[in-house]
Amino acid sequence: MKRIIITTGLILSIAGSPAALAAKTLVYCSEGSPEGFNPSLYTSGTTFDASSRHIYDGLVQFKRGTTTLEPGLAESWSISNDGLEYTFNLRKGVKFQTTRGFRPSRDFNADDVLYSFNRQWDKNHPYHKVSGGSYEYFNGMSMPELIKDIVKVNDYTVKFVLNRPEAPMIANLGMDFASILSAEYADKMLAAGTPDKVDLEPVGTGPFQLVAYQKDAVIRYKAHPQHWQGKAPIDNLVFAITPDASVRYQKLRTGECHVMPYPNPADLDSMRSDPNIKLLQQEGLNVGYLAYNSKMPPFDNAMVRKALNMAINKEAIIEGVFQGAGKVAKNPIPPTIWSYNEATKDDPYDPAGAKAMLKEAGISNLETNIWAMPVQRPYNPNARRMAELIQADWAAIGVKANVVSYEWGEYLKRSKNEDRDGAVLLGWTGDNGDPDNFLAVLLGCDGVGGSNRAQWCHKPFEDLIQKAKTISDVNERTRLYQQAQTVFKQQAPWATIAHSVVFMPVRKEVMDYRIDPFGGHPFYGVDLQ
Amino acid sequence: MIRFVLSRVALVIPTFIGITLLTFAMIRLIPGDPIELLAGERGVTPERHAELRAEYGFDKPMMVQYWDYISGVVQGDLGNSIVTRQPVLNEFFALFPATVELSLCAMIFAVFIGIPVGILAAVRRGSVFDHSVMGVALTGYSMPIFWWGLLLIILFSGILQWTPVSGRISLLFYFEPVTGFMLIDSILSGQEGAFTSALSHLILPTVVLGTIPLAVIARQTRSAMLEVLNEDYVRTARAKGLAPRRVIGIHALRNALIPVITVIGLQVGVLFAGAVLTETIFSWPGIGKWLIDSISRRDYPSVQGGILLIATTIIIVNLLVDLVYGLINPRIRHQR
Repeated sequence: MKRIIITTGLILSIAGSPAALAAKTLVYCSEGSPEGFNPSLYTSGTTFDASSRHIYDGLVQFKRGTTTLEPGLAESWSISNDGLEYTFNLRKGVKFQTTRGFRPSRDFNADDVLYSFNRQWDKNHPYHKVSGGSYEYFNGMSMPELIKDIVKVNDYTVKFVLNRPEAPMIANLGMDFASILSAEYADKMLAAGTPDKVDLEPVGTGPFQLVAYQKDAVIRYKAHPQHWQGKAPIDNLVFAITPDASVRYQKLRTGECHVMPYPNPADLDSMRSDPNIKLLQQEGLNVGYLAYNSKMPPFDNAMVRKALNMAINKEAIIEGVFQGAGKVAKNPIPPTIWSYNEATKDDPYDPAGAKAMLKEAGISNLETNIWAMPVQRPYNPNARRMAELIQADWAAIGVKANVVSYEWGEYLKRSKNEDRDGAVLLGWTGDNGDPDNFLAVLLGCDGVGGSNRAQWCHKPFEDLIQKAKTISDVNERTRLYQQAQTVFKQQAPWATIAHSVVFMPVRKEVMDYRIDPFGGHPFYGVDLQ
Repeated sequence: MIRFVLSRVALVIPTFIGITLLTFAMIRLIPGDPIELLAGERGVTPERHAELRAEYGFDKPMMVQYWDYISGVVQGDLGNSIVTRQPVLNEFFALFPATVELSLCAMIFAVFIGIPVGILAAVRRGSVFDHSVMGVALTGYSMPIFWWGLLLIILFSGILQWTPVSGRISLLFYFEPVTGFMLIDSILSGQEGAFTSALSHLILPTVVLGTIPLAVIARQTRSAMLEVLNEDYVRTARAKGLAPRRVIGIHALRNALIPVITVIGLQVGVLFAGAVLTETIFSWPGIGKWLIDSISRRDYPSVQGGILLIATTIIIVNLLVDLVYGLINPRIRHQR
């Protein structure tokens, strides 16, 4: 208990008891080191936790613990009737952090927005190639093709002109890669000949500022006293980097940290019975699925896919693989996303019916592969076990399945092949809370040969999701996405397996911690008793 | 002696070339695409994939890639990490002192306990002490590091709360690293309690990492001592009426130490290998965990650079061990 609280200024002496300490310090036992401190350069959640979720703000942001968008550095925005122009009115009086290497002379304005996006978009920008210059999220969200122009209307108004209407644009701007950096700091570092310092010694407008970082050991932050939403309730935030989940749990038990992510499923019961620990939980914004290759026979026949889906006992998978910490998935999007189709009826678990359906489709002695990922993911804690359960279910209807696996990089690469054999276990965790982020990325025609592992390009489905992309009206989009889910269920390119539950153990003295549906660990708004 | 040193140093050059070739080839031979790993489930388009391969130079023929790498090594440039985009050399030397500090402590622990215990077991051959020591040593040698570390954490940190769970120093202390060695930096910081905290954080990782070398050294010392104690000159020394302590401590031990020193030298490699797991369990920010992360992410420059630097360290240590032989036993020096 004595170890968890750190005194102000971070250069402190040992205190007798937490109560004796003036400043509040929250210690988070994080799972690894960030790749860097500029979220536009990287794609891992660990890096986003250490950077965008604390040091920076975006033009828009997600309301704490929800997928609902709210104004961030832009206090309002408007969209032109043709859906091609997004005009953002920027917040005035927003202060950048003052660090050892930089004292800002002005407040946040349109130049910072232009710098942050042009660096990623414009290949001739002086910062484009700095720190490796690879902007995979910006590229992955198709921003280079989407953006036609970014215009500074005045110091507090910025206009994004698009090449085509894109309804998820606002949600995209709430993502980590769209964090706003200081143009003034960047200019200063460029003039000093040290442009990479912008990415190593970050300056943002966010609720915490970086104090020190020791790779694989610790990251220290202090609250940004002039944050535009008000100073954080805690004074200091420390990330104690602890890669092993069992060790993180021991640190939580002994009070060496207040919050830990990714507990071992085997430790959950013990956590529940510990009076010093609160075990928070929430349905994850994810889906785990088994994707058939709809281009290869016999999986090009929807009836065969449907029959195999009916043979899978999903409840047994929830029990055996997720140890109860999951929910059977019936749609390709999780229930926490708007437009989730409650009316969808899941394929019943009916081995006899499945067998008859296969016979009707003219299939006998079917032999195929089930691909099991070699890694543990939030949407699938044990792919091998899941594959074995499905293998047994299919054996019961006369289908012989071999479980195959590859090294993770190879798995991702090979599973994209359009002539791949068999069905692939994979999943997805949402980026921005928009249904398009699941349906278009994972099942759209553009994703065939890439993130669409079912290699499924079905015109009625594609028309619905493409139309939904061009409409701003949420009700109309909801209707279209619900129809798309119905088409998906009829065609069954996947067996939707499960949405996992995310667990977050925190010490009892931690107040108002809210699980982030996007899998992040933000601490603004969290307090200590 | 100079000739001996020069001949040893000359052997190092082909060893280095072999190491660079091996690491370069092996990391590329194991399956896995670093770009796919970086992109994860989202993936990248084939065009972007090709662009990134070109950026990292993976599209060049293997021989050209190897030449680029070697040219960099000769100029002291090990390239930049694919993952963090930072120079490999900077990343390595930021973490290396932590591994050296832990390995040194583990070695001191293993030597200062292993040798006396081995001697005592040899002198009291067949006694309960001898059987117990050898039994414990065999158990220590067979113990999986991961399990052993977690067991100690649960007992001493979780239940008894005598030691901290993990890390290098309490989060109460913060100071800029000067030497990178926490024990020294904590003294230099002048902060009250910092040294004690750093020391307490070292206890469990030292015990865990030092367990296998301790077992090996104790067993080697025992068998070497048993052999020497049966030699004629030891019998003569005893017959002359020398005190048993003098016979064992001066006449027997000096000769018995030669194979023990060989084993100690070899244990440096064992320590670096053990550091991988120990550092992961105890959240120790050293090169072991960094290297494993680099391998799993197929971060070619980090793996190549890291292994080359570790191999260099092991070669230097073994060279020093060779030199120490000569000091302990002049006959070896003269024979060469």
